Amino acid sequence: MIDSTVVELSRWQFAVTALYHYLFVPLTLGLSFFIAAVETVYVTTGKAIYREMAEFWAKLFVVNMALGIATGLTMEFEFGTNWSFYSGFVGDIFGAPLAIEGLMAFFMESTFVGLMIFGWKRLSKVQHLLVTYLVAFGTNLSALWILIANSFMQDPAGAKFNPVTMRMELDSFSSLIFSHDAQAKFVHTSIAGYVTAAIFVTGISAYYMYRNRHMAMARRSFRMAALFGVLATAGVITLGDALGFVGGQAQPSKLAAMEAMWQTEPAPAAFNVIAWPSQEQKRNLFEVQVPYVLTPLLTHTMTQEIPGVDWIEADAAKRIANGIPAVAALKVLSKDPTNADALAQFNSHQQDLGYGFLVKRYAPDQDVEKATPADIQKAAGDAVPNVFAMFWSFRVMVGLGLAMLAYFVLAVIFSVRNDVENRKWFLRLAPWMIPIPFIANEFGWLTAEIGRQPWTVYGLLPTWMSASSHSVGYMVFSLIGFVTLYTVFIVIEMTLMVKFIRKGPSSHGHGDHAPPRPALGGRAAAVAMMRKED
Amino acid sequence: MELYFGLKVLWWLVLGVLLMGLAIMVGMDMGVGTLLRFVGRDDNERRVCLNAIGPHWDGNQVWFILGGGAIFAAFPLIYATAFSGLYVVMLLLLWTMIVRPLGFEYRSKLPSATWRNAWDWALLVSGAVPMIIYGAAMGNMLQGVPFHFDWDMRSYYTGSFVSLLNPFAVLCGLLSLSLSIYMGGVMLMGRAGGAVAPRARKAAMGAAIAAIVLFTLGGIWVSFLPGFVLEHAPAPGLPQNPLQQQASVVAGGLLANYRSQPLLWAVPALGYAGMLLGLLAVRGRRSTLAWWLGAGAWIGVIGTVGAALFPFLMPSSSEPSQSLTLWNSVSSQTTLLWATGFAAVFVPLVVWYTSWAFWVMRGEVDAAAIQHDEHAY
Repeated sequence: MIDSTVVELSRWQFAVTALYHYLFVPLTLGLSFFIAAVETVYVTTGKAIYREMAEFWAKLFVVNMALGIATGLTMEFEFGTNWSFYSGFVGDIFGAPLAIEGLMAFFMESTFVGLMIFGWKRLSKVQHLLVTYLVAFGTNLSALWILIANSFMQDPAGAKFNPVTMRMELDSFSSLIFSHDAQAKFVHTSIAGYVTAAIFVTGISAYYMYRNRHMAMARRSFRMAALFGVLATAGVITLGDALGFVGGQAQPSKLAAMEAMWQTEPAPAAFNVIAWPSQEQKRNLFEVQVPYVLTPLLTHTMTQEIPGVDWIEADAAKRIANGIPAVAALKVLSKDPTNADALAQFNSHQQDLGYGFLVKRYAPDQDVEKATPADIQKAAGDAVPNVFAMFWSFRVMVGLGLAMLAYFVLAVIFSVRNDVENRKWFLRLAPWMIPIPFIANEFGWLTAEIGRQPWTVYGLLPTWMSASSHSVGYMVFSLIGFVTLYTVFIVIEMTLMVKFIRKGPSSHGHGDHAPPRPALGGRAAAVAMMRKED
Repeated sequence: MELYFGLKVLWWLVLGVLLMGLAIMVGMDMGVGTLLRFVGRDDNERRVCLNAIGPHWDGNQVWFILGGGAIFAAFPLIYATAFSGLYVVMLLLLWTMIVRPLGFEYRSKLPSATWRNAWDWALLVSGAVPMIIYGAAMGNMLQGVPFHFDWDMRSYYTGSFVSLLNPFAVLCGLLSLSLSIYMGGVMLMGRAGGAVAPRARKAAMGAAIAAIVLFTLGGIWVSFLPGFVLEHAPAPGLPQNPLQQQASVVAGGLLANYRSQPLLWAVPALGYAGMLLGLLAVRGRRSTLAWWLGAGAWIGVIGTVGAALFPFLMPSSSEPSQSLTLWNSVSSQTTLLWATGFAAVFVPLVVWYTSWAFWVMRGEVDAAAIQHDEHAY
């Protein structure tokens, strides 16, 4: 039995490292395409200002991406170091998209980002543009594979338990990669990255315009990013709705918690705009409702019933009772994989194996067969995620999304009318919008991941079983290590970002004025060329 | 069943190729990091060193990431057991590894000497420490690691942090560090020019000699180490888990494979040949040739470990019967088939565009141009 403190600390560590990593990913996803778009204008029009723009945003891109890469490294190994039972249990399925991500996407992104930064003078314009696009596609493909892996945890499609190897194994690769959750989530998440980049670019451009600096670049960047942003925000909201729809089908408990629905209501159910949910009392201490809205919102019908927390718990209790024989059979099979009786028993109960695991922590001696009805009831209560956290993290995300939509609509209107520069209040507001998409992204992650609790793999593997069997001391040590390092990192990163933004595009002394770098030449050639320029 | 057997062996080879690719490519960059402060005497020289690998370190680092991902996908039980068992070591590895991207990207972005010095040290530590850990991990695999499983395949590690840094493991770590310094030195010899090149050459020669000595010492030491023998297990082509086999520890067992298949001696011989001829090539200032010979040395050294352990991957010193072998820790046939398909398409593609990237950026780094390039490291 692993210590519950170890599990809690492992969860904290994962949350800290993932949330931190996720501060850098969305901007990388969006900014890469923005730079590619700017460079496309440069290549097609030949105007040097667009090259300067591309190089300026690329500089900020690289500062941001360095931390994305660094913290991504942690994520990849953290499954093995801190979630070793999980890794062994589903690595056969979960590992594949991670490895494919490295092979197909990350190699591409990382190899070409080197050329994107260093290759200006060694590649033709078109070659360089191609390289920039490959970086953008690489980062986005990366996200696709990671989200396919994540979606397996949300909606474990295409997997089957093998009692001989005692783990989940891949049954259908196509169900894994074409799961609805994966598709909806990929588009929702990557477009959220475009929104992030659009706000980032408009915010910084507005800062320049407010101070009347770098106007040529700022004006152009603002206009392009505003257009980019309004389309992307509309996309995020539409896809968020689709994600809620497929997520609701796959994870009714997440949905019930997100909407703070304690009781199953006859359709069409009422929508809680705001509420103060209490997990102990299983009700909302306070709520403001709009009647009839929830059902069409979530199911896109008027008649489909949405299960509330009461239904989730009753269903979990039923499934736990059915899962207990599966766990018991598995224990026999681990010693004797050929035992026909145990195999038959396992096969007829295996669809509830995960629910059997759910009660293990409460059962005397961790023997599920000794579980009392009270134990089962307790475990069934676990099947509902933290309603308060879910309800509010979801609303923060959606609320910020709507605020960003309003911001971009204004930005586009002002841009089209060509009078952004005169709206001082808007220019002053814009830089303050920069943190908004980052916060929304983080709350989106929290909604997805808290909503999956108590499972690491929904319905299959409880979180409390998934952690490695470490001591509390190790976990405290590593958590302190990560928090310290990451705090130092973010201070450094923010300092550099702010410094570069303050300096502006003029900070890179070359652009069109620098001495051309000889293709293969040595120091002498460059020196000679510099002299000539002087 | 035949297919599954073939796939298992294929992925054992792929794992080897990845570990070699990682050592050669990332190891080279780390060697440059380790040497940075010694071959670059002033800021400009250090920037030359960093820019020699500047366009490539990021791509090279993917070998490390892919190594982790491939172990997760193809050998999930190894991934789960080794990475949680070697916890503190893994943390050191991660903490030093995550400093590298920042070292490259941030070091030269501010003119302050204190700032740059601090990053130089960070790059030194994050070059040397991971390579020592890499070698030490292999040393531990050769000796076995104390771990066992529960009935549900939950793994427990029963050793300590200090026991992972035992003398033999440290020797392996130093060998790994030497080879990485050699590769970094050879790369700088070819691309840095100026005053850096002769210093890098000297460092590469020293590293080659150290590697030869360490590999020899390690070889002698290994012949006295106990090895593991699989006594009874399900057929290699069957799905299985580590609870279904019998294994024991035999004195001198790490040489058993070499005794039964004398042809295998060619593998350590390749390692020696790479190091010795590499030394000569460095003397003769043939940096490209020396690089390829260094790659050959790495292939020989890692191949030597693989051949000694086969079919074991991670033997258990406390419960030998629960050792992880190639047969019982590999993924299912379906996963291996899909992974093989992806690898068949993408590995050649990656090799192709990586080579293109090196070709585009070929030639000596231009010290003067760095001064005027805002993007240079």
